[in-house]
Amino acid sequence: MSRPILEVSGLCMRFGGLLAVNGVGLTVQEKQVVSMIGPNGAGKTTVFNCLTGFYKPTSGTILLDGEAIQGLAGHEIARKGVVRTFQNVRLFKDMTAIENLLIAQHRHINTNFLAGLFKTPAFRKSEREAMEFAAHWLDKVNLTEVANRPAGTLAYGQQRRLEIARCMMTRPRLLMLDEPAAGLNPNETEELKQLIGVLRDEYNVTVLLIEHDMKLVMSISDHIVVINQGTPLADGTPEQIRDNPEVIKAYLGEA
Amino acid sequence: MTSSIKAKQLKTAFFSALLVLAVAYPILGLKLNIVGIKLEVHGASAPVLWTIFACAIGMFFWQLFRSQLGNAWDAVPKVPGVPSSATNFLTLPSTQRWFVLALVVVALVWPFFGSRGAVDIATLILIYVMLGLGLNIVVGLAGLLDLGYVGFYAVGAYSYALLSHYYGFGFWLCLPIAGLMAALFGFLLGFPVLRLRGDYLAIVTLGFGEIIRILLRNLTELTGGPNGISNIDKPTLFGLSFERKAAEGLQTFHEYFGIAYNSIYKVIFLYLVALLLVLVALFVINRLLRMPIGRAWEALREDEIACRALGMNPTVIKLSAFTLGACFAGFAGSFFAARQGLITPESFTFLESATILAIVVLGGLGSQLGVILAAIVMILLPELMRNFSEYRMLLFGALMVFMMIWRPQGFLPMQRPHLELKQ
Repeated sequence: MSRPILEVSGLCMRFGGLLAVNGVGLTVQEKQVVSMIGPNGAGKTTVFNCLTGFYKPTSGTILLDGEAIQGLAGHEIARKGVVRTFQNVRLFKDMTAIENLLIAQHRHINTNFLAGLFKTPAFRKSEREAMEFAAHWLDKVNLTEVANRPAGTLAYGQQRRLEIARCMMTRPRLLMLDEPAAGLNPNETEELKQLIGVLRDEYNVTVLLIEHDMKLVMSISDHIVVINQGTPLADGTPEQIRDNPEVIKAYLGEA
Repeated sequence: MTSSIKAKQLKTAFFSALLVLAVAYPILGLKLNIVGIKLEVHGASAPVLWTIFACAIGMFFWQLFRSQLGNAWDAVPKVPGVPSSATNFLTLPSTQRWFVLALVVVALVWPFFGSRGAVDIATLILIYVMLGLGLNIVVGLAGLLDLGYVGFYAVGAYSYALLSHYYGFGFWLCLPIAGLMAALFGFLLGFPVLRLRGDYLAIVTLGFGEIIRILLRNLTELTGGPNGISNIDKPTLFGLSFERKAAEGLQTFHEYFGIAYNSIYKVIFLYLVALLLVLVALFVINRLLRMPIGRAWEALREDEIACRALGMNPTVIKLSAFTLGACFAGFAGSFFAARQGLITPESFTFLESATILAIVVLGGLGSQLGVILAAIVMILLPELMRNFSEYRMLLFGALMVFMMIWRPQGFLPMQRPHLELKQ
């Protein structure tokens, strides 16, 4: 039986007088796809920012594999295997697609100054392996033809996929996607859905996502958490959420 | 309708002319003379007054007919600008590498034919090239505005001067020590301040540069205060001195080779040492651009948040740029001390930082060829214009303004070498 990789309880985030997140709790089991949904401004991205260390939560605990990570800096949490994408894609726009993927491997390659200076065999090998790993993932997300183009010139859907591939370069355990389907056409959304499935099944990555596309959320999620105005409203399987009257009232409309 | 525009133009023209008079007359038209112990105001000579008047008239007509003149100017066929393909070609890393190589060959050969003074100035230029290359790492590659770079230059210079003065260490031993000392200072300063961004970082570094200078001036016991340290040893060639008479236990260059003493040997030798240091710096920076750390600097400059989300520690990455840049300043500083033979705190004022920064910006951020060209311009021009040295700063300012309008990206900005996926 799977065990929880992420356990969040009583998470609060206060900005001055505004309580943006109030007592949110969620549990993510290993190798599951968990979605967080809620109306605009509900505090979903704020929860993401707390989980990934971009905000220091006012109170609450975040356990990653039973280890408290709340309050750690962003890069420290990322090193523990929690990597995210951003709602508005944040690629290195002037660098090529392949370079974006190389940068993300910074921690895994030979960064010894002297080795790089004199191009030692170990350095060449490490660079070559990084290149191969990047090429592998470019192929996975179907971007091999545009490998040498600056990331900023790629089509929007391609940028989204590149950002996910870039996260995979860091060998994450928990991948957090902030509205990955925003701005994608139905074909691209279908591709994204398959990609997320591949990530979970072949690469053993746990996925936590924020998404507004209900069709995608309902078809892909093992578990759904609903947040409304910073407070948890419901959580359960897609079927439970679909039939929950409160969720329907708050989020899906009062029809 | 047209008459109201005419009236408006006339009014603008009249007041512009008046403004010219109001500004120019008190500044240029009046002169203060000291007569005995009194200060007297005299009018300037008639030609000056007439020139001011003519300028005012000129301004009047210029303002009056500006729109017509503008139209006439537009009608004149334009000289075609530099085509974009040529610009693109010139900024390619591979092109610039060939240019740099050609420059190096020329630099290696010409001192044997150049005059003593010219070689000496070239040595000075090379020091600034080195400083420019070092600062380019910090400003151009990592995007951190450092206004106190001269502080590390001073640390390098004083490291060598003090070690030589108190312990009699030679130049070649002290060169790496000076580099390490400067790097250490870069590290110590960088650690607390690199959390700051942009303007704040610039101000803190500016303060740091000044603190070092003032410290050196006031530590009279150790550094000789404002008098500085003199009689610093020159570099030797494997123990061969270039002086007329060698110190005890040393041999001189001309005795060893059995040739007559000539002071130009020393000048050329210093030049070649500087060239060697610049070549090392060029090599290191060229490699850095293609190393993971170089990529990380670029990424950090583009998007710090994304970097953090990928597990990169921004402080460490910035610190590495800061420390490396400081290290190059340390090398340049110890060479400077060796060449001058005398250093005082006044060699390391803020103006030096500004000059180095100007070299980097003028050359084009991140570009090595650009830095070399800009260093030549910035050091050679003042030397060539010694006769009008009072107008140096004016010309300097004009050059900067002109550059901002004409080429805000610098002489020869560089495109970063991109890694390619071979398919």
